[in-house]
Amino acid sequence: MARNTLSSRFRRVDIDEFDENKFVDEQEEAAAAAAEPGPDPSEVDGLLRQYPSLTRRDMLRAFHAALRNSPVNTKNQAVKERAQGVVLKVLTNFKSSEIEQAVQSLDRNGVDLLMKYIYKGFEKPTENSSAVLLQWHEKALAVGGLGSIIRVLTARKTV
Amino acid sequence: MSLHWFLLESITCHARNRDRTQIALSQNNHEVHIYKKYGSQWVKAYELSEHTGHITGIDWAPKSDCIVTCGVACDACVWSQKDGVWKPTLMILRINRAAAFVKWSPLENKFAVGSGARLISVCYFDKHIKNVLLAAGSCDFKCRVFSAYIRGVDEKPVSMPWGSKMPFGQLMSEFGGSGTGGWVHGVSFSASRSRLAWVSHDSTVSVADASKSVQFSTLKVEFLPLLSASFVLDNSVVAAGHDCCPVLFNYDTHGCSTFASKSDIPKQHPTQHVYAAPEEHHSSLYEVDKQDCRKFCTTGTDEAMTIWDFKTLEFSIQVLQIM
Repeated sequence: MARNTLSSRFRRVDIDEFDENKFVDEQEEAAAAAAEPGPDPSEVDGLLRQYPSLTRRDMLRAFHAALRNSPVNTKNQAVKERAQGVVLKVLTNFKSSEIEQAVQSLDRNGVDLLMKYIYKGFEKPTENSSAVLLQWHEKALAVGGLGSIIRVLTARKTV
Repeated sequence: MSLHWFLLESITCHARNRDRTQIALSQNNHEVHIYKKYGSQWVKAYELSEHTGHITGIDWAPKSDCIVTCGVACDACVWSQKDGVWKPTLMILRINRAAAFVKWSPLENKFAVGSGARLISVCYFDKHIKNVLLAAGSCDFKCRVFSAYIRGVDEKPVSMPWGSKMPFGQLMSEFGGSGTGGWVHGVSFSASRSRLAWVSHDSTVSVADASKSVQFSTLKVEFLPLLSASFVLDNSVVAAGHDCCPVLFNYDTHGCSTFASKSDIPKQHPTQHVYAAPEEHHSSLYEVDKQDCRKFCTTGTDEAMTIWDFKTLEFSIQVLQIM
């Protein structure tokens, strides 16, 4: 019996890397240069800190602030994690009855972005997060339709 | 609107003859079946077997009455009818992957075959005048316009809005791919060839307008991805896909910039959804075939073909506007 049948090192080679037809997304480098820093946590925190005396309008401002400058273009995972945390905090702080109005205040791109954050939130559930996110998901789906979910699945740039 | 059910397998591709009395279709195998219309019935008239692998595309030239088919065995076949018999001419394309799509040029002297080898083969027969643009949508999320001008076959083209230099194979315009978008499933030129529409897997419809410095606008839709689109006249696009009903889009250039990352549904358009009788198509619509702008034909995985009539539709079609 030949000795080299015992070695399985070759199984660690990623053969697709050597495929000459491998698709390379040429836009990646240009996009990384234009990376966004993510939403400003201090701005959002400031708006949230006034809760529970927060007026509806301030919650909306916090909501929009959280969705601003989304880190879709960056590869920096720390920035993405921080952004996710900020958005989740705002989503959790909303009253259920006010979710629908918040979603309606978004344009088509905003709804798509919200969906991305929602699904990202589903990936790493915490104690109450999934229940909250499901409420947001229902309202966002009503506005964005299945197309908005499709765009989360087909997006090559994630939040 | 009329609906006809064919046999047991899903219809993967179809094409109709000029007067729409015959339809050539493939049911997920290596044969083409031609059905003729007798009154309100469709009766099988011919079975064409030449391909060794599954057929992936069919196109029927309206004037010359020739059919071209392409298949996974990296080949294409041109069929012409003589004395009631269809005779094949097998074309060996120089590709090493399956052919995916085939279309006659408008003047029917050339046809183009798209393939998984990342090549488009253009094959030609006779001399005719200009039909020199080729649009291709691809799995690298881009839509491209190429020149298909062949010296000696086509008349020298006048300057085209898509680009001025036109050697064969020249990439004249390229759209999409900038980190967003999905696989491009279907493309369609408008009648004047100055606009190009395509549908992508990320549930979007895009239109590029050559007369507007070749910019393009994208409409995000709420439906599941559309698989096939066809321009109707110069400013409407009918598309169909996984949501099982056709959707009509209007392209309005009235005083608006053509970039549209967000498109509102304008208030003047009806917003009722067309459930094109939901029982008509239970599964995805694969192809939309334009028919003189009053009717269009769709076929799908539920073995059915439906002919839709714009004028006599009893239900409204959801109309979305790309501004």
